[in-house]
Amino acid sequence: MTKDLICIECPRSCVLRVCVESCRVVRVSGEKCPKGKDYAVSEVENPRRIFTSTVSSRGLVLKMIPVRTDKPIPKDRVLEAAEEIRKIKLDRPVKVGEVITANLLGLGVNLIATRDCV
Amino acid sequence: MSERQLVVIGGGPAGMGAAISAYEAGVKDILLIERDQYLGGILNQCIHTGFGLSYFKKNLTGPEYAHRFIEKIQAIDNIEVSLKSFAVKLTKEKELIFIKPGELKEIKAKALIMATGARERTREMIHIPGDRPSGIFSAGLAQKLINIEGLLPGEEVVIVGSGDIGLIMARRFILEGAKVKAVIEIQKQSRGLARNVVQCLEDFNIPFYLSHKVARIYGKKRVEKVDVVEVDEDLKAIPGSDFSLACDTILISAGLISENELLEAAGIEAGNISIPGLFVCGNAYKIYDLADSVSRDALLAGKQAAEYLKGLG
Repeated sequence: MTKDLICIECPRSCVLRVCVESCRVVRVSGEKCPKGKDYAVSEVENPRRIFTSTVSSRGLVLKMIPVRTDKPIPKDRVLEAAEEIRKIKLDRPVKVGEVITANLLGLGVNLIATRDCV
Repeated sequence: MSERQLVVIGGGPAGMGAAISAYEAGVKDILLIERDQYLGGILNQCIHTGFGLSYFKKNLTGPEYAHRFIEKIQAIDNIEVSLKSFAVKLTKEKELIFIKPGELKEIKAKALIMATGARERTREMIHIPGDRPSGIFSAGLAQKLINIEGLLPGEEVVIVGSGDIGLIMARRFILEGAKVKAVIEIQKQSRGLARNVVQCLEDFNIPFYLSHKVARIYGKKRVEKVDVVEVDEDLKAIPGSDFSLACDTILISAGLISENELLEAAGIEAGNISIPGLFVCGNAYKIYDLADSVSRDALLAGKQAAEYLKGLG
């Protein structure tokens, strides 16, 4: 089976022609950089996304602290992650890159702050 | 009236980039004014990734992208940052009046860089008939309410226009537990990047109506519903193609326009500046798709300002 995917790795948005056999990518064309092939394989076999959102704070100067996962998480767990982090009330200062929740949802990724906040 | 070598108006990606670049090109007295209480501009509310891919070769969120510039600025003593500072008047002689809490300041700049960014198109600019209830937001305002203020503007959302901020906000509303009924785009293709159509709409099965427009907004106090209609090649409504969508919130994502009120009020044409030592960069100059491109533009503006000041001796 052949299908077209739009690569989301960068704003160029390359159209990738992906040849899939028994749920495995066997051939990719149309990519303008090496990220395209990796994306196509991941998107077909195990689609993942960097999850970004905010967590609320208590007693800090910012009401909301922007966060993201330090690695992509399975696409079908993104809504669960959004639900999970709603429980967080951050009450300690953080620096960009600092871990807020380790091993989010047991996925082996950390939730990190993307902005300094005192 | 005090005199400064270089004044930069705006502390977003354009202003920060321009100030750093001017410093690196030899300017030793720089004042950067920003109306918000933080540097970073609109980057602070753009919590999604996709920034820095070309400029830093890294996939960063908006705040992380801003952070790289903020750290650099804080390390440069020659750049004075004035926050909560709102420019109210500019003259052709590069005299600037700005206010900050408890103060009104008048400054004469030898060189001046406008990095005032952009505004969003409003409902009025895209002419949607109907009632005028509450619940109609520009996409960027909704972004600020959610990501900075922690407030959810509504629960059932229709997005008008497919600009990148609207697409990003479609996903953002879903992650916050709201429903996104549809994104309605009058043109035949998305106004925003294809990658955003994929990761913001398709990932969450949000209906995307191309060649459609919102024909009417209904609502007494709060938005209640919209009428949507398909349009032909000439963007005219196709009779019989209309349908209604119940919603309590409408986002307008119909593009940006350069913010140049200060220049206009000074009688200076933003697109054709002929005043020596006055520069415009970033979205104030033209609307860029990417912050990375704004940073490149700002780099150039900073260099040019430095060259101009060198020429003055």
